[in-house]
Amino acid sequence: MTNLDPDKIKVILATDCGSTTTKAILIQYVDGEYRQTHRGEAPTTVEKPFADVTMGVVNSVTEIAELAGRRLVGDDGRIISPATDTEGCDIYISTSSAGGGLQMMVAGVIAEMTAASAKRAALGAGSIVMDVIAANDGRRPHDQIQRIRDLRPDMILISGGTDGGTADKVVQISELVAPAKPQPRFGSDYSMPIIYAGNKDARESVSEVFSEGGFDLQIVDNLRPVLERENLGPARDKIHDIFLEHVMAQAPGYDKLMGWTGAPIMPTPGAVGDILQTVARLQDINVVGVDIGGATTDVFSVFDETFNRTVSANLGMSYSISNVCAEATMPNVLRWVPFDMNERELRNHVKNKMIRPTTIPQTREALMFEQAVAREALRLAYKQHKEFATTLKGVQQQRTVGDTFSQQTSGKTIVDNMALDLLVASGGVLSHAPRMHQTAMMLIDAFEPEGVTMLAKDSIFMMPHLGVLSSVHPKAAEQVFDRDCLVYLGTCVCAAGQPKPGKTCFKYELTGDRTASGEIVGGQMELLPLAEGESGTITLSPSRGIDLGEGPGKKVQRSVRGGTVGLILDGRGRPLELPEERAACQSTVQGWLDALDVYAEDKEPMAV
Amino acid sequence: MAKAYTPGLLVTRHKKHRIMRRLPIAGDVQVKVGDTVAADDIVAETNLPGDVHPVNLANSMSLPPADVVGCMLKSEGDPIALNEPLAQTKGLFGMFKNTVNSRYEGTVETVSPVTGQVIIRGAPLPVQVRAYMSGTVVDVREHEGCEVEADVAYVQGIFGVGGETQGCIKLACTSHDQELTKDRITDDMEGSIIIGGARMTVDAIRRALEVKAAAIISGGIDDQDLKELLGYDLGVAITGRENLGITVIVTEGFGEISMAERTYEMLKEFEGREASVNGATQIRAGVMRPEIIVPLDAPPAAAAEGKFEEGQLEIGRMLRVIRDPWFGMIGQVSGLPAEPHVLGSGSKARVLEVTFPSGEKAVVPRANVELIEE
Repeated sequence: MTNLDPDKIKVILATDCGSTTTKAILIQYVDGEYRQTHRGEAPTTVEKPFADVTMGVVNSVTEIAELAGRRLVGDDGRIISPATDTEGCDIYISTSSAGGGLQMMVAGVIAEMTAASAKRAALGAGSIVMDVIAANDGRRPHDQIQRIRDLRPDMILISGGTDGGTADKVVQISELVAPAKPQPRFGSDYSMPIIYAGNKDARESVSEVFSEGGFDLQIVDNLRPVLERENLGPARDKIHDIFLEHVMAQAPGYDKLMGWTGAPIMPTPGAVGDILQTVARLQDINVVGVDIGGATTDVFSVFDETFNRTVSANLGMSYSISNVCAEATMPNVLRWVPFDMNERELRNHVKNKMIRPTTIPQTREALMFEQAVAREALRLAYKQHKEFATTLKGVQQQRTVGDTFSQQTSGKTIVDNMALDLLVASGGVLSHAPRMHQTAMMLIDAFEPEGVTMLAKDSIFMMPHLGVLSSVHPKAAEQVFDRDCLVYLGTCVCAAGQPKPGKTCFKYELTGDRTASGEIVGGQMELLPLAEGESGTITLSPSRGIDLGEGPGKKVQRSVRGGTVGLILDGRGRPLELPEERAACQSTVQGWLDALDVYAEDKEPMAV
Repeated sequence: MAKAYTPGLLVTRHKKHRIMRRLPIAGDVQVKVGDTVAADDIVAETNLPGDVHPVNLANSMSLPPADVVGCMLKSEGDPIALNEPLAQTKGLFGMFKNTVNSRYEGTVETVSPVTGQVIIRGAPLPVQVRAYMSGTVVDVREHEGCEVEADVAYVQGIFGVGGETQGCIKLACTSHDQELTKDRITDDMEGSIIIGGARMTVDAIRRALEVKAAAIISGGIDDQDLKELLGYDLGVAITGRENLGITVIVTEGFGEISMAERTYEMLKEFEGREASVNGATQIRAGVMRPEIIVPLDAPPAAAAEGKFEEGQLEIGRMLRVIRDPWFGMIGQVSGLPAEPHVLGSGSKARVLEVTFPSGEKAVVPRANVELIEE
């Protein structure tokens, strides 16, 4: 970790080494604030024939150096640090997801309790969780052992039991893992790291179980010391340490790269989680972030300072597109498409996209279909996220007489769309949509925000860089996040409840840089102009039974910020329901698309 | 001038092909450098540790876990047969003893005094690795595996299911655009690699299974037919471990699509010859495509130098469009505009102009074409 005084850091160089591309950005202190000034990218060089990640890093940094007119790579091939007026940087930082990122297996005693906490710790650290083994997961012991044998994780996290509770269950789980002799993904001379974060009274017995067989056992504090509290920090820190010392050290060139960085290299998704947490904390807001890729969709949320991350392993737009259609079902995908399509042909199109994942939609119809699939992938990923991001399960509730008729139990989701302030999108289908109106519409249809929510997208997938920066300079990270990382699409005002079609849903009055007033009827959508840099105050008067943030029928006043799309008023109600009859559904959806000018002609398109 | 590259599937009459045959864990390699091997020869073998069976004796004998060790009739490391007594309680005054017989055959690996759980490991599982392709052993890695090399004709498919197999090439269709239907599969195709033309139907595949063909290859398949064959909807393209009894490979894609004429003509030329095929497909990091390998007796007389550089987009190159609205059509590059072009979708992307055999021209994104490599 660097000992630099944050106030003396004026030039920051950051890279994200992805599976295919290494992306570099330069952040400089300009006119009293930190700004991202230049960016460069180059193919990642982890695989043969290069087999040295630093080559891709140097190539991407050289591109920046040429653009910035600032020498960043010295004659010795290393990044120049510290900075002078004309060359080098004060700090160089990096994230990595090359080589498939960090892959873990977790185990716990009860699937909904300690195993869920272990999964949260692993996901929060930026890992892909390959499987969760628990005593009550419904599989027989020998099936569990076979599964452990088949997996090739980078490390295993074991938890179970509260401190002082019975020790035998967690030892029993360890006794399943040890004889399975799981093989690590990299190198046969690599001892499989096992992190034990369970009942402290079982440490000795667990150590005994893993004393033979070539394991590298690391013991940390129990991640669920009592049922009412999680303590994920120590396990998460240990995952990061092992990621650096074992997993990264096996990847070609990383030992060299680690010597260059001024802060530990972080797994890319872990860094994205960190920047969202930093921003939520500094701005005192609730945030949801999504990154939809070809194979997977990551969802991050921070509600009341509680962070959660989920990875939906087979919900993606190319490699996994077929799985999205299978899970969502074709009728659910097609409800977003306002024209007829032949289902048999569509099924073949989907499979052809799966086997040739780099193709792009050439026609508007193909684009609309892909964006329909994206809505379903995002909806399913968010549903999984809501099911995972819950209050702790297994906690005794103290109930009063007033709670007698309340159905609330432990394990309730903490994701509250009405309390959501900012929704951030990233990933090809959202970032590269020809019109940002399409991005906004996909987000609203899939996430169904309620009340007043700001929509934004990560301009060039800069969040990983800023996440690792937030560990050394939170202020610089937040400034760049707000000014350069996010492209604000606008604000959406969405009514919760079931408004009657054609009847007043809510009335609005906008003041500030723009003025407007009127009413939205049930089922209607409207787009008001409110450009980037503009802001205002909106006063909302919902009809009876309609909630816009202060309770059903209660007046709401909020500040709103403009963006490239504008101010979106959504009177469709929540949960969002589409007509079941196909023709009615098509004309309804077409109406919404027209209202928001989603597929307008003759607009300047975006390069892909 | 900058060069533009785009990937393509390899279809060639000759290449020097080398394959690595690797054991999952250390074992014995049974060949040496210079050996000539046939496709089904065993080149390496090993034993995987046996299956693990946990037995909770504390539960079955109703004893505290710590007492289990004292009741064991077998120690750690002892072999145990099926139904052989594993443990016995002390009983009352030497009577009413409760005996637990082993439900598994193997070796007692561990006895836990904490949980009362006994781990029995079954007999080692033998694993044999075959050569898969006839050729010459050119490298041996001790305890790990070997490399086999041969002069081959090689066809890369786009998607397949089922693993490695071998057989004789037999044509079922008379042209590259003829549908492969059930009636084209005959009883004499047992053990062979059936070559079709355009889309193959699920009934044709079922008939091929009936006659015990080794593999069936054609231009396309309907997704609905694949679902029927597998019994489930394939979510991600990671295949090769299906246990269908036949390997299925499509060379072009899903839907009504003909096999590329050149691929069909080449396979026709090799009718009657032995070939090795593998349907395994993995479309993620480390892309793996299905393959058809035909070992040659000798390299053909020096082939003419390829006119084009591998993977490079140039005027005159043959390509296939791999996305609608011209999906599956084969044509020739006739223009490579440098500036990005606005597509019908509204996106801006780099494109090329393609001329189809009919003379019709089309502008398509460079991301939506596949070069036909030779």
